[in-house]
Amino acid sequence: MMQIQCPWCGPRAANEFHCGGTTAISRPQLDCDDATWGRYLFFRENPKGSHAERWRHTFGCGQWFNVRRNTVSHEVDAVYGITEPAPRSEP
Amino acid sequence: MSAYRLPGLAGAWIDRSQKLNFNFDGRALQGYSGDTLASALLATGSMHVARSFKLHRPRGIFSCGIEEPNGLFEIGDDARRTPNTRATDINLYEGLVARPGNVWPSLKFDILSINNYFAGLLPAGFYYKTFMWPAWRLFEPAIRRAAGLGHAADPHSGSDPDRYDELSMNAHTLVVGGGVAGMQAALDAADAGHDVLLMEGQSQLGGWTAAQGEAARTQIATLAGQIEKAGVRVVTACTVIGLYDHQFVSAVQVLDENGQTRERLWKMRVAQIVLACGAFERPMLFPDNDRPGVMLASAVQRYAELYGVACGRRVLLTAACDSAYGVAHSLMAAGIEVAAIIDHRDETAAQAPTGVPVYRSSAIVSVKGGQEVTGVTVISHDGLHRQEILVDCIAVAGGWTPAVNLYSMAGGSLQWDERSSMFAPSKDLPGITVVGACAGKLDVGWVPADNRPTPVALSALGQIPGKIFIDLQNDVAASDVALAAQENFRSVEHLKRYTTMGMATDQGKTSNVNAIVLMGALTQRTPPQVGTTKFRPPFKPVTINTIAGGRSGERFKPLKRMPGHDWHTERGGLFEDFGGWLRPAAYPIQGESLEQAAQREAFQVRQTVGLFEGSPLGKIEVFGPDAADFLDLMYVGTMSTLPVGGARYGILINENGVVFDDGIVARLAPDHFWVNTTSGGVERVVLAFEEWLQCEYVNHRVLVTPVTSAWGNVTVSGPKAWALLERAGFDATLAPGAMKHMTIRDIDHAGTRMRVLRASFNGELGYEINLPAQETSSLIDRLWDLGHDLGVVPYGIEALMVMRTEKGFLHVGGDTDGTTLPGDIGMDRGIAKKAANFVGRRSLLRPASLDASRMQLVGLIPVDRKTLLPVGAHVVAPPGPPGLIDGFVTSSHPSPNLGHPVALAMLQRGRARVGEIITVHHLGKAIDAQVVATPFFDPQGERLNGRD
Repeated sequence: MMQIQCPWCGPRAANEFHCGGTTAISRPQLDCDDATWGRYLFFRENPKGSHAERWRHTFGCGQWFNVRRNTVSHEVDAVYGITEPAPRSEP
Repeated sequence: MSAYRLPGLAGAWIDRSQKLNFNFDGRALQGYSGDTLASALLATGSMHVARSFKLHRPRGIFSCGIEEPNGLFEIGDDARRTPNTRATDINLYEGLVARPGNVWPSLKFDILSINNYFAGLLPAGFYYKTFMWPAWRLFEPAIRRAAGLGHAADPHSGSDPDRYDELSMNAHTLVVGGGVAGMQAALDAADAGHDVLLMEGQSQLGGWTAAQGEAARTQIATLAGQIEKAGVRVVTACTVIGLYDHQFVSAVQVLDENGQTRERLWKMRVAQIVLACGAFERPMLFPDNDRPGVMLASAVQRYAELYGVACGRRVLLTAACDSAYGVAHSLMAAGIEVAAIIDHRDETAAQAPTGVPVYRSSAIVSVKGGQEVTGVTVISHDGLHRQEILVDCIAVAGGWTPAVNLYSMAGGSLQWDERSSMFAPSKDLPGITVVGACAGKLDVGWVPADNRPTPVALSALGQIPGKIFIDLQNDVAASDVALAAQENFRSVEHLKRYTTMGMATDQGKTSNVNAIVLMGALTQRTPPQVGTTKFRPPFKPVTINTIAGGRSGERFKPLKRMPGHDWHTERGGLFEDFGGWLRPAAYPIQGESLEQAAQREAFQVRQTVGLFEGSPLGKIEVFGPDAADFLDLMYVGTMSTLPVGGARYGILINENGVVFDDGIVARLAPDHFWVNTTSGGVERVVLAFEEWLQCEYVNHRVLVTPVTSAWGNVTVSGPKAWALLERAGFDATLAPGAMKHMTIRDIDHAGTRMRVLRASFNGELGYEINLPAQETSSLIDRLWDLGHDLGVVPYGIEALMVMRTEKGFLHVGGDTDGTTLPGDIGMDRGIAKKAANFVGRRSLLRPASLDASRMQLVGLIPVDRKTLLPVGAHVVAPPGPPGLIDGFVTSSHPSPNLGHPVALAMLQRGRARVGEIITVHHLGKAIDAQVVATPFFDPQGERLNGRD
């Protein structure tokens, strides 16, 4: 069971959280075409490796925040605010 | 009879002063405290104790640990009966009852042993080839009944009465395994200043070393004293069963069987894990190597040293590994006769005990004895030398397999050691180190990978050799592996699944490597080229209740009670779980069924006045300068145009346009809204609002506060609703003439703050009185007392559903599903005029959303005005099923107020088909119904204003 670092509550077991999937997705405008809207709703990248995603501490402070996690090793290399840009990754 | 209890003080782990009574297969037997069920059985001379899974061949205890593949029994009776339990993994206790799980009528004369004669019809994957004609389903029930190794507890005997615990513990270092390597690692970690936890699966520390003689045991005791002094926390009878992400570990501790708690689940998050899990001994491969009396050499040694049990009067060792020689010395020292050592290899530095002959470059080619070993035929690899040896126990030492299960769960990869023929961890992982035999640090000399007798030796036998078994628990033989190779199931994953080797409850602890080596030999590949499969938790079988940690029965799921619960109980409420709340479905009187009560209540409410508690209805306070704007973004309709004191029904859709909740939104002040949601949906609505505010509309100044449990809700509805409230002293400003329908008032009534909403889900004049939760009981009590001569009646959820269906009102989740759009339920009229964007708006403009043939919510009345249309019944395009679906019934009730059944349904182009007669199909029945517009009852909505 993963451990997630909540920026407010500290390290907690993953079952206190809900993963909201890929973060920093831009919503297309209301006048976009159907294919664009469909891609926005239903298509996501599924990277084997580094993935920037958002999590909500549902059974804690209830706050959303961003996490960059490796989808293979589950190593987390960044935790940052929901409105912050992703920090640069280590080379 | 061959095994026996050694005399004197033999057996370091047993206490001969404490006898324990147990029962096996109907026989009353005795053992000692400290015995396992296996050691106690062997001590009584029982060699043949089980039958194999598929072929029902006689089997005996094979090992002295959790890797046991043969000695699996049903333990206990009634609600405590547990099948498939390893006799080597249970400590003997007073009154233990055990029996073989899959024999009939008896162990000695098991009818299904005839399977052995039909072994040719039952090879690997037989269920794809045999028993196929005329139809597999004719044979399946019998085959399934014949499979299995015991019966689970009979559900009629009640649920598991034992108590199970759960414990969460953090430590810096967790050492898995209390053998010498583990104890040393624990000591090192403690000396480095860390907080150390050491877990050992057996009841005592020491591991393999504990069976290496008295001097070795003294060393272990010294080391144990040192680790205790260093502050290491030691837990025995505790097996780590799983290793998960981010250093999370679970373990099962077995406590006293007759004590208060039976088993305890440990959950730990640690900084450093040391795997000192040791290694399993590898069996030798020879014909009929599954006969009772064939045992792992280290097990024979362990039984002698720790339990004082000789596994035979004359023991033969067959080896491909030096460790057999140490066992021979041990057995001789214990007074057990060693007949010979059969060494697969042609030379070794290891020395046999004096007087014990060694036959090199040889192998067993035949085992004598039907239900127990009585002798062997040994032939040299070149076929030229033959021995017939009388023995009653064959101790096999084919090499060692590091117990890499946990390492594999952590994602570690294995490498093959050519010299010792074993798969060992390739390297340490972040936060995980591997030590001792588990890391492959064993010096056992050269071990050949393939230890089968040579083809030359087998043909020199002069008769057809018996089956060579690879996986004992699943009855997988070398011929099955050969079949897999022949049929091109050559990859290790196919090998495993096609033959089922390694798929039994032992997860192949004593079979995986032999199977991989054999597959390699048959396909000209080395073992690493064949590869290994992954191990998954649990490391050994776990009682399900242990995982549940006691969260069963009443403790399985917390149920919420309404503030007025006691009042409903006094009225005879029949409680059911509605969305996690315990609510009255109805209040049956004088032997009424639930349905009869609901019909009576639904009729009565429309005659006089009904009392209903709506406390579970979701309540959210949305507050702030941007609250109105925010609600316009959230809802399909427009909320910003609500006057203060006004209320409006709202629908919430997700980004895909699908309806997921509904409720009334009321405005208390320009910047303050009172939002109602469905009773089961308030959490998801709050989460949705929060997500938009935190992640998207981050500049909106809005606070969202769920207040469902702070406010109780007493709903008074019916023609005499106001008459009752007036009697209770509610102000005339709330009268129907003064207070409009769909408005909300903040009032003070007799010193209590209340928010009264004039709304109706059943179509009658209705008041939803929201008040502090702790005041709910006294209000509903008072209204009940005052309402007697008005004909007041309590009504439950079922009656409410009848009434709202009579009105054609929507039930989200009942009439809607994961595809329902606002237009489908007739709720899209205001959208075109709404300028503001809102969640899901774009999805409503897709071609599929605008498709005219979409399903629409309509009313249905059966043509005969009698037959209830079943919910879920389908409308199918003519001529009937099978065919394209035209629609389906979503809600359906008999209507006591109309005298005929009413139903709601989703129907393609439904609104354009009002008047049409359609046919509804259900389980072979066809019922004609007419499509009608709703509401069925009081279509003009006149009853909303009440009367009198």
